Amino acid sequence: MSNNPFNGLIARINKKKPSSEPARHAKRAYQKKHFSLSFMVLVLTLFFLFIPLFVIIAYSFNEGKSSSFTGFSLMWYKKLFFESDALWTSLFNSFFIALSSAAVSTVLGTIAAIGINWYKFKGKGYIQTITFLPLVLPEVIVGMSMLIFFSGIKLPLGLFSIFAAHTTFCLPFVFLMVLARLDEFDYSIIEASYDLGATERETMFKVIIPAIFPGIMAGFMMAVTMSLEDFVITFFVSGPGSTTLPLYVYSMIRFGVSPVINALSFIIILATILIAFTLRKFLKNIAAAK
Amino acid sequence: MKKEQGTKAFNKNSLGHLYSWPMGLWFTIFFVVPLAIIILYSFLKKGLYGGVEWVFSFNAYKQMFNPNYGIVLMRTLKISFISTLITILIALPCGYAMARSKIQTFLLFLVIIPFWTNSLIRIFAWMSILGNDGFINSLLMQVGLTKEHLQLLYNQNAVVLVSVYMYLPYAILPIFTAIDRFDFSLLEAARDLGSTKMGSMLRVLLPNIKSGVLTAIIFTFIPIFGAYTVPLLVGGKDSYMIGNIIVDQVNKTRNWPLAAAFSMIITVLSTFGVLWMMFSSKKEAGLKTKKEGGK
Repeated sequence: MSNNPFNGLIARINKKKPSSEPARHAKRAYQKKHFSLSFMVLVLTLFFLFIPLFVIIAYSFNEGKSSSFTGFSLMWYKKLFFESDALWTSLFNSFFIALSSAAVSTVLGTIAAIGINWYKFKGKGYIQTITFLPLVLPEVIVGMSMLIFFSGIKLPLGLFSIFAAHTTFCLPFVFLMVLARLDEFDYSIIEASYDLGATERETMFKVIIPAIFPGIMAGFMMAVTMSLEDFVITFFVSGPGSTTLPLYVYSMIRFGVSPVINALSFIIILATILIAFTLRKFLKNIAAAK
Repeated sequence: MKKEQGTKAFNKNSLGHLYSWPMGLWFTIFFVVPLAIIILYSFLKKGLYGGVEWVFSFNAYKQMFNPNYGIVLMRTLKISFISTLITILIALPCGYAMARSKIQTFLLFLVIIPFWTNSLIRIFAWMSILGNDGFINSLLMQVGLTKEHLQLLYNQNAVVLVSVYMYLPYAILPIFTAIDRFDFSLLEAARDLGSTKMGSMLRVLLPNIKSGVLTAIIFTFIPIFGAYTVPLLVGGKDSYMIGNIIVDQVNKTRNWPLAAAFSMIITVLSTFGVLWMMFSSKKEAGLKTKKEGGK
């Protein structure tokens, strides 16, 4: 599937592409200049992207509830850990759905990518097209169509309907990530594995899966992130008792905000940065071990 | 089962089916069928208490020609167009600076970090920056520039600002990837041949990264066109968009056929966008192979 515009982006995450000598030379020459107009725009843009985070962090340590800063206090953190049961339930729901739907979409997406990349069969074009479409349809439409579908088959709205919806919009990402990895896969190592007497199952688990593992891992992480983040689709397909974190935040924004949410966000920001750094080292180790 | 060896694309049908159809079936059930229901519903009559009556009609599409909806449609187009334009104009120099930088991975990381915070929390942060006793207003009043609150929130400008904010990374990433692949020696050649700096950018760099820019445009324009949360939370009466109409028709008015008809418009628009994108990147790939073959 070389016509997919995401491939370049995903391939970059997976592996750096080789380039010709003059191209590298020119690039290095262009990298020498340290200061330029475009770099200034970039710095300003990064600052712009971080403004809300600064605000969140500042308000999480604010003494009062108003949006002007009155004094330093840790009261919102205290409230977060001791007096926010509903919030923790919604966070638990969010993680439960994120992990389960990411796991299912990783398994389905990975084997589907292997099938699409290596085999010719009827319906291949159909599967490729319908995988791409959920990526570009606005969430409102995906959510609404699912709501109408679930109410049509009389499926009660709740954790299961959210799980089904999340798996659906996470699948394309996992699929494309693994597909990009497979595109760079050196097929001769499978032949080598057979020549050396490995069975089909051994080849699958000892050769293919380890080789495409960074792609699978990246797909899984992306699926977890997308699922934790989603509000609009969840808003449609959630039912009573299945509040996820974004839904909880939404109700807080609409019906009176408590800075507790800022405190939680700061903790989440710190945790994700930490996880990302650990994973980066982990992924580098895998690449080095190969 | 022993596999056919030696060629990359196996012709063995059974395994391909076995591997790919679980996902294919999942999408058929949870994506294609719901979308088909939407298409069907858009041609049905509205039921008395929500739902639909099984009578074929063009009512929903006729209702859409209501001038009020026309205004909303034009407004949605305008807001998405302006936001996309600003986003792309910011993303181009950013992608360029990132591609030229030595610390690419770190910069990529910086672009992505803000997106690990929930989007609603970020929208809320913008609300407390722009609000009447928000950060900007209290700063301006302390400095003494204004005596009264500036109305920064609940209008179209706020919607554009927050939309640009939300979709900037979606534009920066594909543009960066395209520029990163670009052969910078072409720029040197253009300068050697007497082109100005700006001229070489516009006439050498830009045509070469066209598909990246197109991806960025589509991944910015379509979500903003179907936006629901941003106009709801930071917009005012003058920034009600199509996404809001759809949700209100589903949840409040319960006019499902009308909501379905509006969804149809957006779906058709997105599909055309995607086809256009795929077509143009295919054309580009075709040109590249031709060039390489001619060497």
